[in-house]
Parts: sequence; structure tokens; C-alpha cells
Amino acid sequence: MTQQAVLTARGLTKRYGRVTALNNCDFDLYPGEILAVIGDNGAGKSTLIKAISGAVHPDEGTIELDGKQVLFKSPIEAREAGIETVYQNLALSPALSIADNMFLGREIRKPGPLGSWFRMLDRPAMEKRARDKLTELGLMTIQNISQAVETLSGGQRQGVAVARAAAFGSKVVIMDEPTAALGVKESRRVLELILDVKKRGLPIVLISHNMPHVFEVADRIHIHRLGRRLCVVDPKQISMSDAVALMTGAKKPPEDALAA
Amino acid sequence: MSQIQEFEKVLSGSDTSVAAFDEHGKSFVKRAQHFLHSTPAAVPLIVLVLSIIIFGIAIGGRFFSSYTLTLILQQIAIVGILGAAQTLVILTAGIDLSIGVIMVISAVIMGNCAITYGMPTLLAVVVGLAAGGACGLLNGLLVAYMKLPPFIVTLGTWNIVMATNFIYSANETIRDADVDAQAPLLHLFAMSFRVGSAVLTAGVIATVVLVAILWYVLNHTAWGRHVYAVGDDPEAAKLSGIQTKKVLIAVYTLAGLIAAFAAWVSIGRNGSISPSAAVTDYNLQAITATVIGGISLFGGRGSILGTLFGAMIVGVVSMGLNMLGADPQWKVLLTGVLIIGAVAIDQWIRKVSV
Repeated sequence: MTQQAVLTARGLTKRYGRVTALNNCDFDLYPGEILAVIGDNGAGKSTLIKAISGAVHPDEGTIELDGKQVLFKSPIEAREAGIETVYQNLALSPALSIADNMFLGREIRKPGPLGSWFRMLDRPAMEKRARDKLTELGLMTIQNISQAVETLSGGQRQGVAVARAAAFGSKVVIMDEPTAALGVKESRRVLELILDVKKRGLPIVLISHNMPHVFEVADRIHIHRLGRRLCVVDPKQISMSDAVALMTGAKKPPEDALAA
Repeated sequence: MSQIQEFEKVLSGSDTSVAAFDEHGKSFVKRAQHFLHSTPAAVPLIVLVLSIIIFGIAIGGRFFSSYTLTLILQQIAIVGILGAAQTLVILTAGIDLSIGVIMVISAVIMGNCAITYGMPTLLAVVVGLAAGGACGLLNGLLVAYMKLPPFIVTLGTWNIVMATNFIYSANETIRDADVDAQAPLLHLFAMSFRVGSAVLTAGVIATVVLVAILWYVLNHTAWGRHVYAVGDDPEAAKLSGIQTKKVLIAVYTLAGLIAAFAAWVSIGRNGSISPSAAVTDYNLQAITATVIGGISLFGGRGSILGTLFGAMIVGVVSMGLNMLGADPQWKVLLTGVLIIGAVAIDQWIRKVSV
């Protein structure tokens, strides 16, 4: 592929004591694509995602964003660089309201002296934007934008986390199991949202165990096995069972698979 | 667009209105639980009003006099300020056992600077505040960077600061008259205003103003929301981009600073400055006020207004029992009942989300 990759990782290694989570792992994400990452439990998918979203510091290896090498010391730095992540545990604060959660760490302050001197939050503006974003996502079963996140169902919480990432991502959106806890309708909404985000030109990294979802939306599939990239396949040229066979080690990857 | 799967075809006909449910199906108890969940300061306020009514009936008109009610406020001023400091720490799911001794050592430093070393009083106050802030900073650094449990850290600094206090002061008390003669500014918060028979001291006003400021900061600024988020779920807070270590350090430092402010107020109330002031009492009373005020010891829940109400509840109960001529141990007993009751209610309210 001649296109310049948006996000590239080379030789990432991460060890937790004697456990190796990433073993010389490579990763490429191209503009405007949906790249699915699949792999067995414990294959190191989450560690890979945490490494590129700044939550984990790899022991070795380099990460490049738009051709420039980056070293994220924290998720904040990755976010400032435009990489937005929906974590599997959602990273929401249960006691805070939906609006407070969506704007956690990047609150909007009131204009004028109230904001700059008294640092007062602009709740109405935050609540309006949060409501707009959730409506766009079709999450209208949320009745009250100022209700605490802990009073929401699992699917609604997921919706809030996805809406947060979609609202703020500017370069890359990473989603770790975004449909895992969702009902049929909500899953469909999230998949449509993923395609929506793609239409706006943002590339997406999608980690999922749900093969029909992966094969439906992904442009390329990164198969992760034993801490490294086993191969990258095109979902149009491979069957779901072959993909599963590859990721579980039941089948050896074809020689040219990395070029796909 | 993606190919929609067979079972998803009916979704185009799905309901798109904002969900609404019949409310009358909920029992009164359920609605009360929801109300208390969204208004954490309501429980202590209700208990406060009830205890005022009960003692008012038991004692009669004497209890309702503005003199008595304002006297209660004077008595709880210091505990209220320390409780406010404790609230900040407990909101982050920590606890600060050292604020009582931080208050005492700050008072001793203020007194020594102003009277023994002859510094300008204002400078002495600043030095005292800085000392309190420094003790808090030490707690914060140990909790945030060494990742030690706050209980252990502050149990350690409690002892360290207390010993330092006795060694430094040689256990000498600075007399009331000396403070009045050389550094009257240290007695600033003893200044009182009479409105009819009501007596308000500057200390009472400072307590209320401090709680109001902290309430504003906790509820209407980004930093305040971060304090709640860190106490609620530190991992989630970190992933959402909050610098949890900075928040923790700021909280413990601020708690130390507020404890030093309580020292200034306490000099006004006690007159003299004694290094052996009843530390344990203040410490436990501040934690009691916080817990009765509905601040969850597990972090992230509660309103600082509750702490003020909690302190007032303790004040009302002890004043009421005093006026009834009861054995002082009844006050201790009732405090114990209130603490257990408060935590039980906290647990019940939390179940609203399940």
C-alpha cells in the first residue's frame, strides 16, 4: 500500500513481570479505514490498544502518528494528539452526571469573568452538547442528562462512552469492545455510528469478539496472536471460520497475508 | 451502508421518543430513596431539624432562644472547619487522621512566630498556614507517589507531627494575655457581633463562608468534579484524562492549609495557645461530622453542606443534653448511634442504582 499510514507501531514489546503481553508487535492504520483487531483472550489486544492510546508505556518499540514519532506519557497526551478511546471498562465515573462524564478532563467554562476568574463550569452548554451527541447516537432512552451514570443500564453507559469518543476524536478513534454489552438496537446504532465516523474521514480501530460485526464494518482485519500481529486479512476474501482458525492457531497464515 | 442483518430489519419501525414512564407506580419509599440519592445533604438536614424540634419540645422555649442557637454555632466552628478539610480528603476515598495535630502545630507556630520571635502578626499567620500546607503536602506526596494507604500515611504523620510539636514547643503554653498584648490579630476570630440576643463570632462566619466556597468549588468547577471522579473510580478518572496524582496532592495540601486556618480560629476561641490541646477529640469530631453529614467513606459521594449539618447535629445534641442535665456520656452514646445510622442510610441510598 502506497498510502501514508496515520498510525504506525513497530516492534512494540510490553512485559508485566514474567508475563509478555506484547512481543515485538507491529501495527498500521490507514486514513479513513476501519481496522478490526481480533484475537483470543490474553492475546494482548488490550495492551496493544493501551500502548497506542497512552495508558501503557511499551518497554520497546516506536509509535508514529502522521509520520512523526510520538511518546505518550498519559492518555491525556494521546487525547490532545487526537486519539480518542472507548475503553472496555468505559472509564466513566458512576457518581457523576452524564454531562460531567462526557466533559471530564476538558470541561467548558463560562465565558467572561465567571469562567476565567471563578472558573465556573458552563453546565447548560455542556448539557446541551451532551444531549445533542446522544440524540445523534439515537440514545433517546436516556431521560435526564444530569442523572448520575450509575443509574443507567449497561448499554446506556456504553452509549455515553461511545458518544464521548465520537464527539472529541480528531485523528483516530479506538473502540475496545464497543458493542459487548449492548442490545440488538443499540449495537446497530453503534455500528452505524462507527460507519458515520468513518464517513467523516476518521480512521477507527475496532476491537471485537463479535465476528458478524467485525466482518460487516471492517475494511481490514488485524489478527493478533501471542502478543504480536499474526497477519492482516481482507474480510471480503476470507471466511469468518478461517479468521477464527487463524486467531486460535488452528491454521497457519498465508505467506502474503501481511500485505493485505 | 452496511448490509443489515435479517433480525435487525424491524428496527426501522422502532420507537424514537424520549423514554417516559408512569411515575405513580413508585412507592413513597422508593421516591424518597431517589430524592436522597440526588440530594445527599438532605438526610443530615432532616436529622438536624428533627433534633432541634425534639430538644425544643423537651427543653422548651429556652432552647429556641437565639442566644442558645448561636452558642451552638460558636461551639462547632472549629469542628466545622476541620470537617470541611476532612470532607475533601474523604471524597477522594482517603482519610486524614493528622488534621487535628496539624491544627495544633500550626497554632503553636503562629504563636511562637508572633510572640516569641516578635514577627509581624500577619507574617506569623502566613508562616503558620504554610506549615499546615507543608504537612498536608507531605501526606499528599506519600499517598499519590508512594501509593501508601491514606490511613497509614496519616497515622504516621499524626505521630510525627505530634512529637515534633512537643519537641519544638517544649510543651509551653502561650498565655491569653500575652497574645492579647502582643498579637491581637491572632484573636481576630473571637470578634463577636450582637444581633439582639444572638451572638455571632467571626469564627462562625468564617466557617460558613469557607464551607460555601468549598461547596462552590466542588460543584461548579472542573477541579471539584475531578475530586469526586478520583474518589469514585480512580482508574476511570485516570483514563478520562484526569491527573489523579495532582488532584490528590492538591486535596491533601488544601486539607492541611484549612487545618492551619482552623488553628487561627481556635486561637480566637481558646484565647491561649497550648501544644497539648485535645487533639484526638477534634480529630474524631471532625470525622464524625463528616460521616454523619453523609460523606461516603468509600469516596466520591456526598455534599460538603452535609458536613456542616453533621457538625451542627453533634452541637445540637450535646447542647440539648447539657441543658437537660444529662450525663455527658449520653452525648457520646448518641454520637455513636448517629454514626452507625448515617453509614447505614448511606448504604441504603446507594442501592438506588442497582
